[in-house]
Amino acid sequence: MDAIILQILNGLDKGSAYALIALGLTLIFGTLGVVNFAHGALFMIGAFCAVTLQRLLSLSHEVVDETRTDFLGNPLKVEVPYLQDWLGAETAAAVISWSVPLAILFSIPIMIVVGVAMERGLIKHFYKRPHADQILVTFGLAIVLQEVIKYYFGANPIPTPAPEAFTGSFDFGALIGMDPYTIIYPYWRLVYFAFAMIIIAGVFAFLQFTTFGMVVRAGMADRETVGLLGINIDKRFTIMFAIAACVAGLAGVMYAPINAPNYHMGMDFLVLSFVVVVVGGMGSLPGAVAAGFLLGILESFASMAAVIDILPGINQIIIYLVAIIILLTRPRGLMGRKGVMEE
Amino acid sequence: MLGLGKKDFSLLMLVLVLTMLAPFILNPFPEGSGMAQFNAGYPDLMQRFVIFGIFAIGFNILFGLTGYLSFGHAAFLGVGSYAAIWMMKLVSLNVIPAMIMGVIFAGLFALVVGFISLRRSGIYFSILTLAFAQMSYALAYSVLTPITGGETGLQLKSTDNPILSNLAEGEIGRASLFGLDMRASIELEMGNWLFTLNMGYYVAAFVMLIAFYIAIRIFRSPFGVMLRAVKSNQNRMNYTGLNPRPYTLAAFVISGMYAGLAGGLMVAMDTQVGPERMFWTASGEVVLMTILGGVGTLIGPVLGAGLIKYMENIISKINSDILHTWFAFLPDGLEDLVVTLIYPFIGKGWHLTLGIVFMLVVIFLPGGLVEGGQRIARLFGKRRKSEDGSSAGKTTPAE
Amino acid sequence: MSKSKFTRRGLLKTGALGGAGLAMPTIFTGAVWADAHSGFTNAPQGDTVTLGFNVPQTGPYADEGADELRAYELAVEHLNGGGDGGMIPTFSSQTLDGTGILGKRVEYVTGDTQTKSDAARASARSMIEKDGAVMITGGSSSGVAVAVQALCQEAGIIFMAGLTHSNDTTGKDRKANGFRHFFNSYMSGAALAPVLANAYGTDRKAYHLTADYNWGYTTEEAITASTEAMGWETVNAVKTPLTQTDFSSYIAPVLQSGADVLVLNHYGGNMVNSLTNAVQFGLRDAQANGKNFEIVVPLYSRLMARGAGANVKGIFGSTNWHWSLTDAGSQAFVRSFGTKYGFPPSQAAHTCYVQTLLYADAVNRAGSFNPCAVAEALEGFEFDGLGNGPTLYRAEDHQCFKDVLVVKGKENPENEFDLLEIVEITPVDQVTYAPDHPQFGGAEASLGTCNPGA
Repeated sequence: MDAIILQILNGLDKGSAYALIALGLTLIFGTLGVVNFAHGALFMIGAFCAVTLQRLLSLSHEVVDETRTDFLGNPLKVEVPYLQDWLGAETAAAVISWSVPLAILFSIPIMIVVGVAMERGLIKHFYKRPHADQILVTFGLAIVLQEVIKYYFGANPIPTPAPEAFTGSFDFGALIGMDPYTIIYPYWRLVYFAFAMIIIAGVFAFLQFTTFGMVVRAGMADRETVGLLGINIDKRFTIMFAIAACVAGLAGVMYAPINAPNYHMGMDFLVLSFVVVVVGGMGSLPGAVAAGFLLGILESFASMAAVIDILPGINQIIIYLVAIIILLTRPRGLMGRKGVMEE
Repeated sequence: MLGLGKKDFSLLMLVLVLTMLAPFILNPFPEGSGMAQFNAGYPDLMQRFVIFGIFAIGFNILFGLTGYLSFGHAAFLGVGSYAAIWMMKLVSLNVIPAMIMGVIFAGLFALVVGFISLRRSGIYFSILTLAFAQMSYALAYSVLTPITGGETGLQLKSTDNPILSNLAEGEIGRASLFGLDMRASIELEMGNWLFTLNMGYYVAAFVMLIAFYIAIRIFRSPFGVMLRAVKSNQNRMNYTGLNPRPYTLAAFVISGMYAGLAGGLMVAMDTQVGPERMFWTASGEVVLMTILGGVGTLIGPVLGAGLIKYMENIISKINSDILHTWFAFLPDGLEDLVVTLIYPFIGKGWHLTLGIVFMLVVIFLPGGLVEGGQRIARLFGKRRKSEDGSSAGKTTPAE
Repeated sequence: MSKSKFTRRGLLKTGALGGAGLAMPTIFTGAVWADAHSGFTNAPQGDTVTLGFNVPQTGPYADEGADELRAYELAVEHLNGGGDGGMIPTFSSQTLDGTGILGKRVEYVTGDTQTKSDAARASARSMIEKDGAVMITGGSSSGVAVAVQALCQEAGIIFMAGLTHSNDTTGKDRKANGFRHFFNSYMSGAALAPVLANAYGTDRKAYHLTADYNWGYTTEEAITASTEAMGWETVNAVKTPLTQTDFSSYIAPVLQSGADVLVLNHYGGNMVNSLTNAVQFGLRDAQANGKNFEIVVPLYSRLMARGAGANVKGIFGSTNWHWSLTDAGSQAFVRSFGTKYGFPPSQAAHTCYVQTLLYADAVNRAGSFNPCAVAEALEGFEFDGLGNGPTLYRAEDHQCFKDVLVVKGKENPENEFDLLEIVEITPVDQVTYAPDHPQFGGAEASLGTCNPGA
């Protein structure tokens, strides 16, 4: 029982990341009809926003410390962050340790600029082109983006810890009256889950309750008719793309403390998020979210030692196996609409 | 000729000439010159050109004709490779049975995957094929290690003793064609040029010619027309009482067999298999090759395969040292500047160059490399039109 | 069939032929990779010799590959008499004099393995077929090392393995033309176990998370065997997919399993993520069976450990070499490398540098580039002064036997490179095993015969 609760918790957390990326992908699929292979790269750029902010905050000047030596035996050059000069050592350290949450604010304008630039500069010209061309151009873009990041940040993962206050874990089991240490859960993962829920709720509310959202939903259903009504749907689609980019970027920012960001993290997530989107059903936002959580939880269950003992290798293939089963039993995924991306 | 129309026959002849003369065409620069770095006429790369050419031709039979985008084709290549190397380990070092086994096993696997995946269309189909391929990769890497060798893959070993080959105790077998070593080469030296005519390459090239010929026949056959009908309008096909499933399944299996043939050839040329051959990036690569070259065209996929493999093998080998020798004639400061500017795009930056090429091609040549060729042909065609009206578009492929 | 080959290419490269034979094609026939005049593949002609450096330049190990490449460039510089000579003066064999190898200036070509065996073999073949390389070295994974080693065996080229830790490289997949300086899973286990028993006691229950591929298997086997010999009990061993990025679902159940030690048989990105996740789940602060819960990482990579940040503090592991070693060889290498590049070398860089020097020295001692002569010179070769103390290149399996470093994540790092501290230098006797050890393919494993390619 406790093991199952534990894996559900883990699954929710994994699912949050899948759901956030899949949500953005579906927004782009649904509104613009574009297969965006660069979406993983947007997630990665988000994570590197956190890295960049951490670096900016710890911008340093060198002070030579004659009493210590570096690895070559020369006097040690100590890096002193400018922040430390201005705020004092303790405050500076505290501010730097908050770089990930601060990066949320930092990343929003960046992701909007990246999103708008991508849509206006490139994607726009591919609305009427075959999906194959869209795949090629966005895949090319994804490679370029990740290589640029690799050029500046290297290939190794870069640690971006969560703020001091959120490191560590709490005993969830003890809270609900179980023995200590049965269900341990890190604070930051809880934050991540809550954050994901807020973003998802926000996107849904936005689409549901604003005029803008209504037009976009109408556009998703029937682009031509909306255009005929004299509504400038293109401009709204640009904004939609920027929002999708923001969702992916924010998912990346918050993910940075969970796994140290590296330049290929976007590609690692890309294929899984496509599976999630398709299992959820093309063009369905609730489908994408539901599939994200479903696959996350199933993946967690499959990684339990007891399960692997019975079915060796099941943890390697569970997501794909489930995807096949769902797609064979439900032709358009969980909640897909007829005729979307079926040609 | 050979049951082909005039245009197709000239295309086949063109490919024949190009493949036979490849060792010369691909080695345009003299040895020792700075440009020799760009020579691609060495056996390994030439073999890869034709092998991935076959892979892409086969993929195009499915994608180009029916429009079904398989995102898991590398799995068939991998299955073909494993089948071929086991054939060589156990039965015979001859490459022909190995390739046949590769084709058969890949075909059977494609039949199963295709039968299930083709129940869906569009992106649902793509994800189903992707899922099968990723499962094959993950299992080959881990729990199937006793069969696949896991991460380290399979190679011929001194302990392998195929029943039809007389190997001395402790001798490591070599792939051969009735006793002709795949690695045998003839060296041709002309002045400062050195050309390598490799046995393995010519075997592979010959196989590709056959594969290419069959592809042309399929494209031109009633079956090919039927497949195009699937692409343009499946509903209409249904209404006319035709069931598209058997046709698409046949196309899927044929293209899986092409992939198996490519996998078998890979083993025949270089006796090694590893599971990463089946990873989704490998499946993605063949999609990119086809789109880059020109979807639905006969020669396009081969060109796309060539371009990607060329960049992977040539650009990645240029290092800053080589750059410095190239630009040594410039004044020091300028030399460093030029090297610094180019450096991010070569060596470890070859992915960046690849990504940029993808984007440029798809933005400026919507029909892929073939369209580039057509545009050039049209340029010349216009000039020649006054003399001969029909000569334009000699290399114009299907569609 | 008479033979020809790459020597021609070498000859042409030096420009000796010029335009003389322009009009007259000369035809040679024969098996590729073989050479008529010298009896071995790619015999260097003229006054240069070409080495092939095949390292991961793209993919997750690109930074490690870049560090290996730096070491190779440094080694070439030193072999050709440039720089401060690095470890050449401290090397016990004094045949290297800065005039290249056998008097030929060293040139090199580079390639990208992408950490994929296919790509690595393609790159190696292009070095052999196109560039006339007489030795291939490098790599950052065992899959690649085994694949390229097998290729070099077929081609008649010497392979000097880079970073490869799996037992198989010099175990069941050993080859007469392949040599490994780096240590292996068995040695990690044998060196770690006593230190762990010392620090954590002999009454421990271990839970293994193992990367689900060959290296993971051999490491798990080695660590389990040697810790169980110390009295530990293995509670469970769970395989994790290589492509896994979030290990939470594997780590969360560990505390309930009754184990009090977690062994992470992961390398590179897997290790960074699983360790980070383990610390997030509070395993470092937890109590189990009345003891402090502990984490062990059998193989440390300092480059990658940086990605785990503060999480490595206090965690035991093993490593082939570390820049903080104080012997003359290590210090000379660190000075040389650090002065040129501004940061200390990694263990990958060290092993690659040493392998290049060892090859060059073996050629000099053999008086020939013939791979069989080189192999003979390396077999049973005892040397010192290259950073690991007295070392033996064992003839039976081409594995180097030397002291193994047991390290621990440093509590108070002085700078960004100062992540690990050396806890113990396990003497070589303690990590030596029989060539037909069951973990190394048993009695069946054989080097085969040396192949000069003719």
